[in-house]
Amino acid sequence: MDTQVFIIIIIIIIIIVSHHVEGGHFNVKIKSLAFKCSMQTKSKKTLAKPGVKNIVLVEGVRTPFLLSGTIYNDFMAHDLARAALLGLLNKTSLPKDAVDYIVYGTVIQEVKTSNVAREAALGAGISEKIPAHTVTMACISANQAITTAVGLIAAGQCDVVVAGGVETMSDMPIRHSRKMRKTMLTLNKAKTLSQRLTLLSKIRLGYLTPELPALTEFSTNETMGHSADRLTAAFGVSRREQDEFAFRSHSLAKKAQDAGLLSDVLSVNVPGKGIVSKDNGIRPSSMEQLEKLKPVFIKPHGTITPASSSFLTDGASAVLLMSEEKALAMGYKPKAYLRDFVFVSQDPKDQLLLGPSYATPEVLEKSGITLDDIDVFEFHEAFAGQILANLKAMDSDWFAQTCMGRKSKVGVLPIEKLNLWGGSLSLGHPFGATGARLVTAAVNRLKKEGGQYALVAACAAGGQVVMKVIQNYFFI
Amino acid sequence: MFHQQFFMVGLLFVCRQIRSHVSYEVKDDVAVIRINNPDSKVNTLSIPMQREMAEVMNEVWANGAVKSVVLISSKPGCFIAGADINMIQACRSAEEVTALSQEGQKMFEKIEKSPIPIVAAINGSCLGGGLEFALACQYRVATKSRKTVLGTPEVMLGLLPGAGGTQRLPKMVGLPSAFDVMLTGRNIRADKAKKMGLVHQLVDPLGPGLKDSDVRTVEYLEEVAVGFAKGIVNKSIPLTKRKGIMQKLQDYAMGIPFVRQQIYKTVTKRVMNQTKGLYPAPLKIIECVKAGLEKGSEAGYLEESQNFGKLAMTPESKALVGLYQGQVACKKNRFGTPEREVKNLAILGAGLMGAGIAQVTVDKGVNVILKDTATEGLSRGQDQVYKGFNAKVKKKSITSFERDTTMSCLTGQLDYSGFERVDMVIEAVFEDLSIKHKVLKEVEAVTPPHCIFATNTSGLPIKDIAAASKRPENVIGMHYFSPVDKMQLLEIITTDKTSKDTTASAVALGLKQGKIIIVVKDGPGFYTTRCLSPMLAELLRLLQEGVEPKKLDLLTTSFGLPVGAVILADEVGIDVAAHVGKTMTKAFGSRLDGGNIEVVTTMVEKGFTGRKAGKGFYIYEKGSKSRNINPAAEEILKKFKLSAPPSVSSDSDVQYRLVSRFVNEALLCLQEGILSNPMEGDIGAVFGLGFPPFLGGPFRFVDAFGADKLVQKMKKYEEVYGNQFTACQLLQDHAKDSSKKFYK
Repeated sequence: MDTQVFIIIIIIIIIIVSHHVEGGHFNVKIKSLAFKCSMQTKSKKTLAKPGVKNIVLVEGVRTPFLLSGTIYNDFMAHDLARAALLGLLNKTSLPKDAVDYIVYGTVIQEVKTSNVAREAALGAGISEKIPAHTVTMACISANQAITTAVGLIAAGQCDVVVAGGVETMSDMPIRHSRKMRKTMLTLNKAKTLSQRLTLLSKIRLGYLTPELPALTEFSTNETMGHSADRLTAAFGVSRREQDEFAFRSHSLAKKAQDAGLLSDVLSVNVPGKGIVSKDNGIRPSSMEQLEKLKPVFIKPHGTITPASSSFLTDGASAVLLMSEEKALAMGYKPKAYLRDFVFVSQDPKDQLLLGPSYATPEVLEKSGITLDDIDVFEFHEAFAGQILANLKAMDSDWFAQTCMGRKSKVGVLPIEKLNLWGGSLSLGHPFGATGARLVTAAVNRLKKEGGQYALVAACAAGGQVVMKVIQNYFFI
Repeated sequence: MFHQQFFMVGLLFVCRQIRSHVSYEVKDDVAVIRINNPDSKVNTLSIPMQREMAEVMNEVWANGAVKSVVLISSKPGCFIAGADINMIQACRSAEEVTALSQEGQKMFEKIEKSPIPIVAAINGSCLGGGLEFALACQYRVATKSRKTVLGTPEVMLGLLPGAGGTQRLPKMVGLPSAFDVMLTGRNIRADKAKKMGLVHQLVDPLGPGLKDSDVRTVEYLEEVAVGFAKGIVNKSIPLTKRKGIMQKLQDYAMGIPFVRQQIYKTVTKRVMNQTKGLYPAPLKIIECVKAGLEKGSEAGYLEESQNFGKLAMTPESKALVGLYQGQVACKKNRFGTPEREVKNLAILGAGLMGAGIAQVTVDKGVNVILKDTATEGLSRGQDQVYKGFNAKVKKKSITSFERDTTMSCLTGQLDYSGFERVDMVIEAVFEDLSIKHKVLKEVEAVTPPHCIFATNTSGLPIKDIAAASKRPENVIGMHYFSPVDKMQLLEIITTDKTSKDTTASAVALGLKQGKIIIVVKDGPGFYTTRCLSPMLAELLRLLQEGVEPKKLDLLTTSFGLPVGAVILADEVGIDVAAHVGKTMTKAFGSRLDGGNIEVVTTMVEKGFTGRKAGKGFYIYEKGSKSRNINPAAEEILKKFKLSAPPSVSSDSDVQYRLVSRFVNEALLCLQEGILSNPMEGDIGAVFGLGFPPFLGGPFRFVDAFGADKLVQKMKKYEEVYGNQFTACQLLQDHAKDSSKKFYK
């Protein structure tokens, strides 16, 4: 009997146990065998709910996240998404026709591949009979893809769904100006030569000014960095605190990378440029160097610098989600349960990036657990100041009472459990792909650290946020 | 022993507390000076404020440990709103006012020459003397808040910036911008101020964090300002901005005396064009700037203080200050807070008026239903509202997104659906009693019992309209002026049956719409239309007597009306004038006599209904600014020609025939109790009908001109034309007793 088979057997046993005597003597035995974590302190032993299907994450992968304009320079978004898909299929040995559905998230859409999920799936050789769609929800697009998948499985529509996200900022759809586009479109309809010439003669030099994809919030016309700088000022987050947090993120990422903990990173062959297998944005420097940087968004008195902001990144991610029964039936060892999630949104001007503070208590209440029950926190680091502002907001009674309509503050979020393998500041932030990276990182950390519950949070443009509770699968 | 100690403590306490307006603390090596007038919502440069400021500055300058200063206000939404008007009004002579100005000049000179840098941290209004104070500082930081506005509104009070403003502004922002700022007196938003070079840095307002956003924003402003103060001391922040090429070019051009002379000439010409020389302040501002640049700053400061003194004593300034105070009074709700706030408003009729009312309401957090009877009218009305907001987008005062969300609060419809949720209905349908009765009944059938029915009529008595109502206590008149988004006045008309809460509610909505409000009693034409009618009747007679429309317009504008009287008639609409004329004549008989009403009815028959039709007394063509006389209208006038009696037809007589009838009718409204006080009468005449602002309104005009002199003139006209020129009892009383004045 080889080890592979042995593991599967154990899982089957555990399932049987969990179905019949959850929390019984078998659990205790396994815990004492394999895990050091003390489960008795948790308010709840499992977050399974009667009548709700158990949905599991089987595996999660991502391409290396690379600074935009570097090695992925010649890739289009669907190339990156295809690489992630193929990587996932290879890693899980999932047959190409075993997937029921594919959902991808992306933010800045390449017009040629607006349903990038479908193009990537076809390119990856996944059966053409399998439908795919693309979702967009700013920086939480991949989270939206995952929760869409969860919905499809929960509703009984699908059993096996691949969800993920992709973004490339090395190439962007830069458009002609509105006036030029209008002229060109009218030109199409012009029938005679003279009509065409009259139209052409109307073109002015100004028409040729290109239009870049807006990185500002449409409703407020403010860039996210500018809003974040105001947010840090509102919460009195100092420049030093932000520099320290940025330093922490890069140091932890470097440590995790060196220790080989970032096991979700695939090796990708970039034609003509060789094989990449590491993120290239991790740059641990010194506090002295960080202090020297000038603010980028609010000048000259702002506090956010390039080091304390996530940088433009290319990359793709993918996760394989299944109903628990299907996973087990197919012989997989699921890594974790995906439990409750909430999306919340608020004022896109002054609270653009404050979502995690609002969503944390909401999702915890939904799950019936407390902040203390969480072993792993994976929060998207849009800006160091944004994370710190959220920590301060959650620790403020005034904020809880005035802005959230709660009786008292959410509490202190234990920073020693937060983003221990680096975060978006150091690993990079391909807008559409980050969500799946966060979930996979949380799951892998649960496995490694032996925790039971993880909380994933990400904020997005438009003042929206997603919050997910993940439960380690070790118990079942 | 105990007593003594207590006494000592008491003394110390008194010493600390003796300053109530200005306080300071030293943070590291920066002195943060806080301004806070204890008995007002705003800071003004009053005498105690100036005294305490001087004391504090001396202490700070004497303190060797202080290396720089930050000047900030503790009031939310106000830095310093200007000098204290009462302080100027208390002065009895020009010399006294000049002395005040010189004290201010001296204080700000000291600030300007401060041995340590002073940073003005501006949040909220920074106007008049407040701006002059800030200008004297070495560095200015302002919040980008919407409440932050800078400006020199003195000109609107018939004054000039009298504490160094006319001297510092041209140097800081250049001659053209300085003239623009001082001669218009307009408010400048922070971002514009930065572009002009009026402030050095901008600070963004913050959202809620660990404290209220307003509180935290001011704290943040202070932190940032302290940072700049330290930066100036350690030379990491330069005090002078590197100039762009355009700026350098402009500076070079301004260095040439000939160019400056040309600018003075052009600006003077423009001022004369606009004011007809009736307003002394703008000309004095030009003189002061000129003196400073051409004869040196000592001469400039002297000119400024002396002119300031002179201006303060002019009747023009007194009238304008009076209007300002009246305006402040008319921006308060003397009827108290209404029981229910109007959250849902319906407007009937999407014409110019209805759409205009919708436009000024829908961006104030009120949901608006705009109802019309036909799709074409409705869509035209909605377009008008959209254009109004789009113009604001183009001017960058709102974003396109704000325009869209605002427009989402406006529902256009042809039926009465949703009226069951409406708190108030304003009808702006055709001026016909039977139509008004019909809609009133329709509305009352579908609205909740608390719903107020406001009628926007310019002439029909409200009680006649209310006669058809089941709930007359909820019926009120709200008379808006066209164009609604530009005209500041709202005339609210109450009947004997209108409840106080209904009035309070209407006033509250009007204030929300940004209106200056007068509340008058019901009667034909209420106050404004009633004043206007006899004047229009006289205008028509003058036209029939052969006075050219262009000449009439010239005579009326040179008297101080913002637009010529004939153009005004075209703007109001000849049909409206005819309609109102008929109603008013019915009510007031021969006192409303003048021109022959058939002139206007004939014009209406021919379709010459005024500007909206493109033809009235003038011809209006799209895109062309010049107005030509409508020859067909001239023909009609010729047909009705009257001979002009030479004894009452001089240019001055023409003016006074028009004005005296207006003024007499206004006084009659006070005499009859339509108006509750002269102040509201003045405000209504100036803001609703364009009565010359420098005269302050009909009542102030009578005070200044002399009731006896006016009665004399009227007697002369009465002999020719009869009772239309009979002075009312109130005017006669004032004429008999010269101590009787409307304003003390």
